[in-house]
Amino acid sequence: MNERNVDVLIIGAGPAGLAAAISARESGIESLLVLEREKESGGILRQCIHNGFGLHRFKEELTGPEYAQRDIDKAAELEIDIECSTTVLTVSSDHTVTCVSASKGLQIIHAKAIVLAMGCRERPRGALCTPGTRCAGIYSAGTAQRFVNLEGFMPGKRVVILGSGDIGLIMARRMTLQGAKVLACVEIMPYSSGLNRNIVQCLHDYDIPLYLSHTVIDIKGKERLEGVTVAKVDEKRNPIPGTEIEFDCDTLLLSCGLIPENELSLSAGVELSPATSGAVVNESFETSVPGIFACGNVLHVHDLVDHVSNESFKAGAAAAAYVRNEQLAAPMITVKDGNGVRGTVPQLIRSDTDKPVDLMFRPSAVFRNSAAVVECGEKELIRKKAMIFTPGEMALVTIKPEMLKELPADSITVRIE
Amino acid sequence: MNMTADIIVIGSGITGCAVVRELSRFHASVLVLDRESDLAEGATKANSGIVHAGYDAIPGTKKAFYNVRGANMYESLAKELGVPYRRCGALVLAFDEEDKKTIADLKARGETNGVTGLEILDRETLLKLEPNLNPEVVAALSVPTSAIVSPYEMAFALADDAALNGVRFRFDEEVVSVSKDSDGCFTVQTDKEAFCCKVLVNCAGAFGAEIHNQLSEEKLTMIHRRGQYYLLDRAAHQPFDRTVFQCPSVMGKGVLVSPTVHGNLLLGPTAEDIEDPLDTATTSSGLSDIIQKAARTWSGISTRTNITNFSGVRAHLPTDDFVVGPCEECPGYFEAIGIESPGLSSAPAIGQDLAEMIADHLSLARKEQTVPYPLPPVPFHDMTPEQREQAIQQDPLYGNIICRCEVVTEAEIRRAIRRPVGARSVDGVKRRTRAGMGRCQGGFCLPRVAAIISEETGIPLKEVTKNGGDSLLLSDTIDAFLKGGHDHE
Amino acid sequence: MEQTITCINCPVGCRMTVTLSEQGAFISVTGNTCPRGAKYAQQECTLPERMITAVIPVTGRETPISVKTASPVPKKLIYDIMNELSSVRISAPVTIGQVILQDVLHTGVDIIATRNLA
Repeated sequence: MNERNVDVLIIGAGPAGLAAAISARESGIESLLVLEREKESGGILRQCIHNGFGLHRFKEELTGPEYAQRDIDKAAELEIDIECSTTVLTVSSDHTVTCVSASKGLQIIHAKAIVLAMGCRERPRGALCTPGTRCAGIYSAGTAQRFVNLEGFMPGKRVVILGSGDIGLIMARRMTLQGAKVLACVEIMPYSSGLNRNIVQCLHDYDIPLYLSHTVIDIKGKERLEGVTVAKVDEKRNPIPGTEIEFDCDTLLLSCGLIPENELSLSAGVELSPATSGAVVNESFETSVPGIFACGNVLHVHDLVDHVSNESFKAGAAAAAYVRNEQLAAPMITVKDGNGVRGTVPQLIRSDTDKPVDLMFRPSAVFRNSAAVVECGEKELIRKKAMIFTPGEMALVTIKPEMLKELPADSITVRIE
Repeated sequence: MNMTADIIVIGSGITGCAVVRELSRFHASVLVLDRESDLAEGATKANSGIVHAGYDAIPGTKKAFYNVRGANMYESLAKELGVPYRRCGALVLAFDEEDKKTIADLKARGETNGVTGLEILDRETLLKLEPNLNPEVVAALSVPTSAIVSPYEMAFALADDAALNGVRFRFDEEVVSVSKDSDGCFTVQTDKEAFCCKVLVNCAGAFGAEIHNQLSEEKLTMIHRRGQYYLLDRAAHQPFDRTVFQCPSVMGKGVLVSPTVHGNLLLGPTAEDIEDPLDTATTSSGLSDIIQKAARTWSGISTRTNITNFSGVRAHLPTDDFVVGPCEECPGYFEAIGIESPGLSSAPAIGQDLAEMIADHLSLARKEQTVPYPLPPVPFHDMTPEQREQAIQQDPLYGNIICRCEVVTEAEIRRAIRRPVGARSVDGVKRRTRAGMGRCQGGFCLPRVAAIISEETGIPLKEVTKNGGDSLLLSDTIDAFLKGGHDHE
Repeated sequence: MEQTITCINCPVGCRMTVTLSEQGAFISVTGNTCPRGAKYAQQECTLPERMITAVIPVTGRETPISVKTASPVPKKLIYDIMNELSSVRISAPVTIGQVILQDVLHTGVDIIATRNLA
């Protein structure tokens, strides 16, 4: 069996994996390998042909493929070894990875450090328990995006979109521009989780109605989709009888949330957070299994790739530091979600960290003219005011190392006031 | 008219497949007609997948007779054909004194039917065996011979074996009428053409009565009884090792909670009488009904890991029994009607009986040699690392993982399409390989599976279907589509 | 003449009311909370512009290549430009940034490739 050793192994060559690899190499790691299951690097950005990526990182608006190409070019310049068409089957807690490819067969790789960067998947119809028939024409928005942008095929002509996440909004515009009729975008929550810019430029620009507090309650069609029934929902998200609207459509796209893809993390015994569905990590993005790191959408679902890259540069550098035995060992501070806050990452911070730590979290509702507060018992560490916090936009507060000295307790709480 | 085949079998569900596999052992030409585009598209693809031990059927009925005999054939049949099967045992729960009487009756009934190993267990023993049971349970009938099987995979294997031995299959042939001609032969008219045969076999499932009533004066009325299900992810913690039933009612065996052979968890079915036998929609009331009832079995029930809901329609006769055998008033016409639960369990025995009756009728000679069924390779998902390495060495396409959730390789998908009765659609591939059956429900692998089907079959990509007929996946290429013009201007 | 628009610069999404002259010239805006909003409102109500991204078939290849307008183009030309693109074919190899179509519909803006194709 093909067996070998590397210092740092990175699983996934999307934006997270590429950034982690670049940063590990720049931190001096010579023995570095990236495994990618698709034929090419770039991850989901390959199919995100719209623009709007990179404003924070590159100060310009790039399309997804252009953003990815910058990292791919950088990785090539640094001579980083990326094996594509290679699927990782298992990761074990002793850092043994098995993977397969047609060209190299089954390989067993022993790594000193591993960075998990597998990304996320879309919530399918089954997870929504939407009743009705099981006909053709129901796709997750990302699958439709792949068909249109990578394969060059249109999945349908008359479209309803369930969920107003950014991918759904982007696909509303994309399908319209490509000649389809998008009848409605339907959102079960009273607000959209998409960016304002996408609501305006993907829906308003094309007169596509957005039905807030509505959901699909029935799917019709024996072979191909023939229509869906949409109804208004009450505060408990139960459909309200008498509010049904029928749509005559041949396509239903689902944009109902993303789920970090953590099957490999589980096989390695990595502890997951119920709030993020990703790993529990410390400020170095190290998981509960020493030497295994996680970053990008496999850790928690981001809305901006710039943040993915930023986080992954840190994870890659931390993996390099682990290989060089430069780890910190001070006691851990637990980060807790307080009122109005969900899924703060990282969940743990070592008190002797010498770098600023970004606390990233999702507001659990829309808050206007409020403040994000980080506190330790009675002691307020940070107060950051904002005109708005919304679930659609990940919020971020930065803790400076000096704030962590001499804390009155071993946990801090993030809340929205 | 030319003789199309000696024997025509209408329907390629589990019963039809079991019959033709047995018929393929005789010297006769056999043709199967199915209205759908693939095997097992009716109740066979959407049921609980239980090989019932046979305690439930009333002694003396055909259900009792075929159930016990069929169930006894399953283990070796599954081994012979390489079909997933596991004797996981079952429990029938009692929650009060009345239920206790029912399970005592079931035990006695089972023993009369010849079921072995039946035993009444007390609460304490039960909760030790299955700690996730509702602690309000008071007793249960333990059925150690109850088993689980993949029903459609059994039908696929039976059909492949039959095809290797000369049986022909034609799909998308909806039988419009059947008649017996003056020469004693049968004419079978489909929506496409007419076929002719000496012996006609009705394994038409939901449409069994419709066929029967054209050839017999003793009219049958079919009741279409829909059953809806939840299927939970196989990665989820499995609460039970055994199939867990509640006490049966007039509408059926009630809602069960059962592991599947692939390690998923199945909850269901409902029992609703409906008009249209093809109406396999799920409903919000049906789905909430299942949760409510299954919660009585499983304390701490959770459908958070649900990956899909589906439903199937049982072919129920008011007599509550099967009709199996020759039709007295119409020599040469044989039938298997009303094959609802325990139809899956009974199918091998029904197949054997019907084939022998038909062979007798036509004085068919048994073939001296049959083409042996090649055991299917172990799924990549279940291989050891050594087996995986070897498989990729022999066929590098084993190294291309197409379905990441269920770990299905390109080699396996191509093999599923090349099987004797191979997959022609995305669902056909799914049921033969499990590609797309996992937690992302084909979100990632669908475009790749569709492309492989197109390559293997020569069907253009935009004509590849989800499940035959007009279930097209795609509209057109983007440029052709756009040229059709915007209606926005 | 008044027009209501939603600001896209940040998640606040201010609802702004823009007053325009009868000729469509910008007069004033209310409802914004920052200068970026005012600037956006003026642009959006007088000469709204959008980037267009699309894919174009590649001769002899099964998969298309992604392209974009090199800079924003007038919003009212979106469909015309999409129709223009529907008859464009290119041949590999293509490099990122390569001009696929010059001066699309006399806008002075080129259509350029957004990925490499060997």
